Amino acid sequence: MSELLHFWQTHANELARLVAQHIVLVIASTGTAALIGIPAGVMAFHRPRFGRPLLFLANVAQTIPSLALFGFLLPLPFIGGIGPRTALVTLTIYAFLPIVRTTVGGLRAVDRSMIDAGVAMGMTPRQLLWLVELPLAMPSVLAGLRVATVIGVGTATIAAAIGAGGLGEYIFRGLSMVDSTTILAGAIPAAVLALVADGGLAALEHRMRQRRTSLGLTAAVGVMTLLIVTVLPWAVTIGASSAVVVGSKNFTEQVVLGELLAQAIEAEGVPVIRKLNLGGTFICDRALRSGDIDVYVEYTGTAVTAVFHETVPHDPRQAFQQARELYARGAISALDPLGFNNTFAILVRTGDARRLDLRSIEDLRRPAVAWTPGFGYEFLERADGYPGLTKTYGLQFGHAPRAMDLSLIYKALADGQVDVIAGDATSAQIDALDLTALDDNLHYFPPYDAVPVVRTAALLSRAEIGRAIARLTGKVSERDMRAMNRAVDVDRRDPRDVAAAFLAGLR
Amino acid sequence: MQFEDVGFRYSNSGALVHSFTLSVDRGEVIVLVGRSGAGKSTILKLVNRMVLPRSGVVRVEGRDTREWHPIRLRRRIGYVLQEVGLFPHMTVEENVGLVPRLERWPVDRIRARTRVLLDLVGLPPGIFASRWPSELSGGQRQRVGVARALAIDPPILLMDEPFGSLDPVTRVELQREFARIQRQLATTVILVTHDMAEAFALAQRIGVVDAGALVVCDEPSVVARSRDPRVKVLLDTLITPPEIGAAS
Repeated sequence: MSELLHFWQTHANELARLVAQHIVLVIASTGTAALIGIPAGVMAFHRPRFGRPLLFLANVAQTIPSLALFGFLLPLPFIGGIGPRTALVTLTIYAFLPIVRTTVGGLRAVDRSMIDAGVAMGMTPRQLLWLVELPLAMPSVLAGLRVATVIGVGTATIAAAIGAGGLGEYIFRGLSMVDSTTILAGAIPAAVLALVADGGLAALEHRMRQRRTSLGLTAAVGVMTLLIVTVLPWAVTIGASSAVVVGSKNFTEQVVLGELLAQAIEAEGVPVIRKLNLGGTFICDRALRSGDIDVYVEYTGTAVTAVFHETVPHDPRQAFQQARELYARGAISALDPLGFNNTFAILVRTGDARRLDLRSIEDLRRPAVAWTPGFGYEFLERADGYPGLTKTYGLQFGHAPRAMDLSLIYKALADGQVDVIAGDATSAQIDALDLTALDDNLHYFPPYDAVPVVRTAALLSRAEIGRAIARLTGKVSERDMRAMNRAVDVDRRDPRDVAAAFLAGLR
Repeated sequence: MQFEDVGFRYSNSGALVHSFTLSVDRGEVIVLVGRSGAGKSTILKLVNRMVLPRSGVVRVEGRDTREWHPIRLRRRIGYVLQEVGLFPHMTVEENVGLVPRLERWPVDRIRARTRVLLDLVGLPPGIFASRWPSELSGGQRQRVGVARALAIDPPILLMDEPFGSLDPVTRVELQREFARIQRQLATTVILVTHDMAEAFALAQRIGVVDAGALVVCDEPSVVARSRDPRVKVLLDTLITPPEIGAAS
């Protein structure tokens, strides 16, 4: 608890910014959904032929898992891409259904005699809608708005996965550092936010049910419109500036590497936008190709197999050449390797290694029959991952592999939930959790030299970028990398400071 | 106002109104009496074009309702509903001032008019203007309903069981007051009810409606002597015959 308070104290400014981002995301998306959803609900009510398919579509959209929806939207122009825009679109889609639903439901529930009274007074259909139907349906609409807002606060935490900011940033950062304090630092304010939003809207709804004035409706619509008009341009302009956008995947080493690149470029006087912790290889590659980020660090083996679906030569130099040629076709430059090789490491608990005298992956054959392996999602799917590994070494595991997030996998091994994992050779957790890496004696894993990949257009537009990155070429050894990972993961230092200290040492 | 051989039915039902012929003079109060489901409410809806006749013609101020613009027609006709139909999201003042607002009267004129009307129906505006319908008794709500229907001084007033849900004492009180208001404004009124006593209390002519047709329509004293069994059934509901004399 005191750790948590300390975290908030030291990160007060950042926390305020993330809370603000979170609120803006939710209000902008729920507001947009209300501005579209309420009229759509009215239409759906008056024209069932239009309404039924609309409700069906909204229902279907609701069932798509949010991460999948982000994945769908990433490659699309205008509404897609890395950043708040995609998050806004996704959140708006989620808020849409409850709002349309309750609008239709509220209108249906308006008493027939009220309609008759209005018609008999000589109201036009439009007057009937504004003076009778909508005000009477308003408490119900508000209830829908409330549901949508609470869902929005929750879903918005996932927006951090695509670089939209918000409190999810702490949650994802915490996951990748296996640090529950950081996770809670994001999760608790998000929960509080949800409760506050729910309570506030419930109070408003209560007032409306007691004193139904059309004034309330006008005020609500007015405030919403104002917020959206002020917030949307802000949200859209965010991705579009002249700064260099540095990305990274969602684990510690990548965040540190992202910081190294970012600070090296900043040292050349070029402004940088950080979109660190984006997601896996596929998300980063897509972001790079769509121009949402300008540079991130990829590994040669990953590039050749996972990105381009070709087989990797075992010679590191050949692997790099191949990656460089493949990237060049897509107007992306693979710059010279940073110096370390982050290959996969097959890890077991040191206790097991000693007891069973395990030295190489081959030695796993015997114990594997009774063991449960744990792998990241990508490793399970990739050709150079799990399927090839079992084939090359003739491994037969007694239990089906457990798929889990990369950030949780070391802890799961140390806790005995799984018995063998595939991790990063440079992971700080190896020493910290007393794990042992088994020798890849059949050379199954290809080389994974870290190379910065840059959009060639960005490289050509500013000479400073190439110059900045060249400062790092060949300068980051495996030992350096493991030390930096350890500084962040075990000593809990800020990746920013760790990267800064390393760069200072280079001079 | 004339009904000439009017017939009406919904597409999925039998005839609700047939061969209905009736002429109402300006300033007259006609009470249509009949059992529930006799088609009384439908006859009112034919007047303000909530429904159009299948056969025959309904004329308002000499003009076929088919030729009237429905909105214009309805603004000339006040309508008091069975269950009052006050809007729960508007105050008493807003309810009464609603039709003037639809007619785009200036705000201060609407305010002045609502005050006059509330006084007319016996609700002091200082106390009642800003109340919500949920804060009123049944009788007070009914008074507001009448005030609302009279808001732009319509030449015609349609009333559908206006005093039906009130206790007997309040009902008689309101009936008397309504008779006073009607004499004062000389509005043409068609009122429908299933209460024969109410008919005798208010009507200049009583029409007895049965199965969508007009059985008889005449002065109360004539109706009281009718031998038609469909009229007798209704007359038999009157417990104290002396009231007949009192009304005429």
